[in-house]
Amino acid sequence: MSRDAILGAIRQSLGRLELSTDAKRGLNEHITKHRANVIPARAKGARADLLQRFQEMAEAVSCTVEHVSDEAAVPGAVAEYLRANNLPTQITLAPDAWLSGLDWDGQSLLESKSGPACIDDVVSVTPAFAGVAETGTLVALSGAGHPTTLNFVPDYHVVALKTSQVVGAYEEVWDRLRQANEQGRGFAMPRTVNMITGPSRTADIALTIELGAHGPRSLHIVLIDDEKAPG
Amino acid sequence: MCRPSVKAAKTAKAAKVAGSRAMEFMKPGAFKDNARNALADDNLRSALAMLNAGMIPNRQGAVDRLPEFDLLSQRGRELKDHVLGHLDYYLERFERNCKAAGGQVHWCSTAEDARQAVLKICRSVDAKSVTKGKSMVAEEIHLNQFLEQHEIEPVETDLGEYIIQLAEEPPSHIIGPAIHKTKDQVSDLFLKHHAKLGRTERQTEPPALVNEAREILRQKYFDADVGITGANYLIAETGSSIIVTNEGNGDLTQILPKIHIVITSLEKVVPTLEDATTFLRILARSATGQDFSAYTTISTGPRRDGDVDGPEEYHVILLDNGRSAMLGSEVHDMLRCLRCGACINHCPVYQSVGGHTYGTVYVGPMGAVLSPALLGVAETKHLPCASTLCGRCEEVCPVSIPLPKLLRQWRARAFEGGDTPQLERWGLSIWAFFARRPWLYGIGARLAMCGLAWLGRERGRLRNLWFAGGWTDGRDLPAPEGRTFQECWRQQQQQRQRQEQHGGGAV
Repeated sequence: MSRDAILGAIRQSLGRLELSTDAKRGLNEHITKHRANVIPARAKGARADLLQRFQEMAEAVSCTVEHVSDEAAVPGAVAEYLRANNLPTQITLAPDAWLSGLDWDGQSLLESKSGPACIDDVVSVTPAFAGVAETGTLVALSGAGHPTTLNFVPDYHVVALKTSQVVGAYEEVWDRLRQANEQGRGFAMPRTVNMITGPSRTADIALTIELGAHGPRSLHIVLIDDEKAPG
Repeated sequence: MCRPSVKAAKTAKAAKVAGSRAMEFMKPGAFKDNARNALADDNLRSALAMLNAGMIPNRQGAVDRLPEFDLLSQRGRELKDHVLGHLDYYLERFERNCKAAGGQVHWCSTAEDARQAVLKICRSVDAKSVTKGKSMVAEEIHLNQFLEQHEIEPVETDLGEYIIQLAEEPPSHIIGPAIHKTKDQVSDLFLKHHAKLGRTERQTEPPALVNEAREILRQKYFDADVGITGANYLIAETGSSIIVTNEGNGDLTQILPKIHIVITSLEKVVPTLEDATTFLRILARSATGQDFSAYTTISTGPRRDGDVDGPEEYHVILLDNGRSAMLGSEVHDMLRCLRCGACINHCPVYQSVGGHTYGTVYVGPMGAVLSPALLGVAETKHLPCASTLCGRCEEVCPVSIPLPKLLRQWRARAFEGGDTPQLERWGLSIWAFFARRPWLYGIGARLAMCGLAWLGRERGRLRNLWFAGGWTDGRDLPAPEGRTFQECWRQQQQQRQRQEQHGGGAV
């Protein structure tokens, strides 16, 4: 059987037999402690600095970012974004409880449906699990409330993100993910974790960067300020 | 409601020819002839000039923007060494967690094993069409040609891979497979292949070309029965695979079809999410000069209860194909390779001759070290010699692979195995005779220098030199003007000694 042959060949090349129980315990510890390695200084700092860095980095990779002071303002902001960019008014919403709970019906110009993306969908609106200041990256988790196709099929992707979801380093996302998904006997990853840094792009023709290669041509972040300044 | 997809009916006959044409490039023994042709190819020269002007400053910029780059790089190197030393453990751990998440792992010793494993999975759903994200391991096992032979249509979806699939060529670079194509060549290719799809206008600008490919490939994603991607990393902790892309094609490839197959190789496993993160911080910066690629996707098993999209099956093909034998060998360090392509971009030989000249799937310095391990030294003996040993590759390698040293080792192996041509062996024997007798070497060098100086006394350079035509065909050889290297060296050493004796500090 290939499996045993390959493992045997690896051990033979390394000049040893299967690892001892002690050695395995050490390696198991490496995994269970999952220590961070080097976290760059740019991923650390005061909240205000991190939020500013998140926006700067996202804009540097061609995202657009707008601020709203309250989640109730999200549907209006989406409608205005579509109008300003001369986009169709049909949107596909992620069937996420929080996002669906916002007042979309109040936007008379918006026609919304909910579910995975279809081939002709132009605009999707989704939540995200986190934003990472380090590189202006959004992190989206697949699940019943967030079909992954919404991140890739439509031409325009709008993401509603709360400032409290913005962290400095990728490692903080993994910590939050582990806390959110610890299922009894251990940690279970969602089927797909998408780290999204700007819209789709390619440089495969004459090294010229073009947006909208296969995924969204544009990525708009509606940032909800849910961290009110104390006092 | 989503529009029902229309199955593309295409016979695999025409494609069969395509596959065999791409295979004709796979002749590493023809390196010298290929190089001669490449140097005379103006299109290639202009394409490579752009690579040189873009990739090198882009990488440097990204590295300069991250003060911790060297620290991350060092940690990455240590991590890779740690993993390689315990590869059996981490692979078993990966397998266990992948299975726990509902995935299936297929261990494959050879390229043929891997091809058969893919075929079996495709046949289980009677697949007609397979979309593919960019995968060098799939190139390594020549998967497209194989699928075509079995009447399954492979559709490359990475724009660069799509271009070379139309051109019936292999990739010429591990990051930019179509980097050797000029914009005009892409325009011609698209017109030729898309006209039958109703696209009869020749597009000339990159935005229109990108858009044309986007529109044509869109339906293919929805029609495919199986989606195949590679993996930049496998995570032992979670049983996940990671792909790093910019176009989003790898994601459409894996979430729309019924089955997602990941084709990858043993050395891609890392222990934890945190360890993968360390590599992610250096990968894009080294590869394209981006701080982070547009899409980094972590995939774990098939779709879950409640998911409304995503694949129903998730398979990981774990390919050995010579890697377990590299462990602990003199080219062990090559297994650290992240496939970022920085060594390729910075190689003066690659910059002159491009990727197809190598006649192998992996090109440039990393290819010249890896290919002999995968294909044998006899077959690939020219490749380790296709280097000036200038050392740029090692300098820019994010995991410090000593590429020049490994290239020299292959050269020595080729010499020992009798694969070096007779003329070269004589030359080396003569040189060795003198090198072992320094006084004679000194006299010889002095005589040769005087001779060359006399020959080039008028212009200060030599137009032709009968025993170095390879050099003087392309450029003049500057005539020596003064002392030999050894004389200069001796004088410098004496000067230094004198300074030290007189208590003078360093200059």
